[in-house]
Amino acid sequence: MSNLVEIRDLEFGYGDRKILSNLRMDFPRGKLIAVMGGSGCGKTTVLRLIGGQIRPQRGQVRVGGEVVHELRTDGLYRLRRRMGMLFQFGALFTDLSIFDNVAFPLREHTDLSEELIRDLVLMKLNAVGLRNAHKLKPGEISGGMARRVAVARAIALDPELIMYDEPFAGLDPISMGVTANLIRNLNDALGSTSILVSHDVKETFAIADYVYFMSAGKIVAEGTPEELRVSTDPYVKQFVNAEPDGPVPFHYPGKSLGDDLGLGAKR
Amino acid sequence: MILRFLEVAGRTAREGVEALGFATRAFFNLLRFSPGAFRRPSLISEQVHFIGNYSLVITIVSGLFVGLVLGLQFYVNLIQFGAEEKLGSLTALSLIRELGPVVTALLFAGRAGTSLTAEIGLMKAGEQLSAMEMMAVNPVQRVLAPRFWGGVIAMPVLAAVFSAVGIVGSYLVAVKLLSLDEGAFWSQMQAGVDVNRDVMSSIIKSFVFGIAVTFTALFQGYNAKPTPADVARATTRTVVIASLLVLGLDFVMTALMFTQ
Amino acid sequence: MHRKIIDVWVGLFVLLGAAAVLFLALQAGNMSSLSFTDTYVVTGRFDNIGGLKPQAPVKSAGVVVGRVGDITFDDKTFQANVSLDLDENYQFPKDSSLKILTAGLLGEQYIGIEPGGDTKNLVDGDRINRTQSATVLEDLINQFIYSKAAEGKDGSE
Repeated sequence: MSNLVEIRDLEFGYGDRKILSNLRMDFPRGKLIAVMGGSGCGKTTVLRLIGGQIRPQRGQVRVGGEVVHELRTDGLYRLRRRMGMLFQFGALFTDLSIFDNVAFPLREHTDLSEELIRDLVLMKLNAVGLRNAHKLKPGEISGGMARRVAVARAIALDPELIMYDEPFAGLDPISMGVTANLIRNLNDALGSTSILVSHDVKETFAIADYVYFMSAGKIVAEGTPEELRVSTDPYVKQFVNAEPDGPVPFHYPGKSLGDDLGLGAKR
Repeated sequence: MILRFLEVAGRTAREGVEALGFATRAFFNLLRFSPGAFRRPSLISEQVHFIGNYSLVITIVSGLFVGLVLGLQFYVNLIQFGAEEKLGSLTALSLIRELGPVVTALLFAGRAGTSLTAEIGLMKAGEQLSAMEMMAVNPVQRVLAPRFWGGVIAMPVLAAVFSAVGIVGSYLVAVKLLSLDEGAFWSQMQAGVDVNRDVMSSIIKSFVFGIAVTFTALFQGYNAKPTPADVARATTRTVVIASLLVLGLDFVMTALMFTQ
Repeated sequence: MHRKIIDVWVGLFVLLGAAAVLFLALQAGNMSSLSFTDTYVVTGRFDNIGGLKPQAPVKSAGVVVGRVGDITFDDKTFQANVSLDLDENYQFPKDSSLKILTAGLLGEQYIGIEPGGDTKNLVDGDRINRTQSATVLEDLINQFIYSKAAEGKDGSE
């Protein structure tokens, strides 16, 4: 199975602050891969590097064989037309209607007639269940619905690669289930490759084919959901079982409580 | 002590120059993507509508009041010299040369400028501009450039309307209220106002102000931090910086255009 | 359609602006410096042009018949060389004379052209020889003071 996206020896940081180090990841075609970890572990940064919004200090990101950060603007834009991205909380254009939001990539990148665009947009909205809401504006629908519209917009051009940045954040259980199903079904129906960045264990494990676990910019574990559920790695265990304390400490590092309260032997 | 002061002064100066350079680069970047924006004139005309039409009411009302007040103030002073027939000429020149472009620009900064800054700032905070980039659409070309040209086109129109309405206001005060001779009012005005020197330079001034104010508004919005608090601060910065720029540029242009 | 309505409003907006500019140009201002009539150039030499500036009016019988063009200094004759752009519609005899006058007491200076009696008219490139320089206020005041002082001397002798 060939890889659509390959990450090798990736290092990325701002000045002295390292965000990602020594990253190696494979994203095979047609699969749904999850990148998970606590807040601030660098998962969204990985998506940004794949999309070419930032450049690595060392290492390579290859998409479809091309090294992303070596592409010039037109090459990068051509590559991005083959990708769809769902931003956290949707990032819909607030001044456009839902219909125009989904039609945006079609109008910008294709020469299709308005009738054809109308049919395509309504079909995409139908896939996410919001066809009848197409006249509304993003301010008039709930967060969960906005997320689904954003999914419709991300798949408007039937991309080969779809990236989801925290698609479950802030959703109620029903919406979460709906979104998770949508992500899986779309991946299979379109034959695309999906990369899912999330920290929601239950929903992600239900739909992912393979999972990468990150902590502090490094991969600490990887495997299929079944393998990770029974893993003995302390970090994976803490995360999967939602334990409050473990490799990721509960207390912010610093002095101990005894020292702060002045207890213990006088020095 | 002195060393500390020099250190801070030096750093502030360097940061200021750096900021100026950053702004200049952003300006040229905006110009670079403008031809692309002109290929979609509907985007620009849409912005002219949002920026210009929505500022019309405040411009007309302000112009009227300024014209009324000018008429009254000049009359009170001119009547002492028996020169009240110069009223039309003086109010027209004040409006066309200075008040029209400058006051309109200040109002524009307050109404349209803050609205642009907030709009762009919120779009950036909501990752809409990032999303657009990921969809292989250049946000400078699609979002910023149309707004820039919309503002640049709208400003001279608004300034001309302000001056015209102001003159009508001073006419109402002079002829209707103070019973000055209508013929003398208009003929003295026409003798005093030269199209080449006064009306043309008024248009040039408002064009330059349009560039300064609109660019400041877009720049502040684009570079605000993506939090609601900073977007609000950015709108304040827009008004302050744009107003100072307008007044400063006004001085420079007046010196260039009206002195030998 | 949403877009069409916006276009109408924008069109009205721009029309309003154009109307305002036209109003300013026609009703509030004068178009005198924007004359599109053809002109012919005539020159005159003056000992002193005073405060005469380019674009100042050239009037005859109080009516504007042209504009001052370039003003240069001739360092052979040490005089000012003034070129006048006269309206094609107005012809003046070859022996007309030029005077530098002041509008009002302290106003802007302009050139008055007084017709002579010649049957032939000025053509493009001609030079007018009969010129009267500007009255410089300082000279007038000096004259007045000296004449008053002379009167005083005469009176006391």
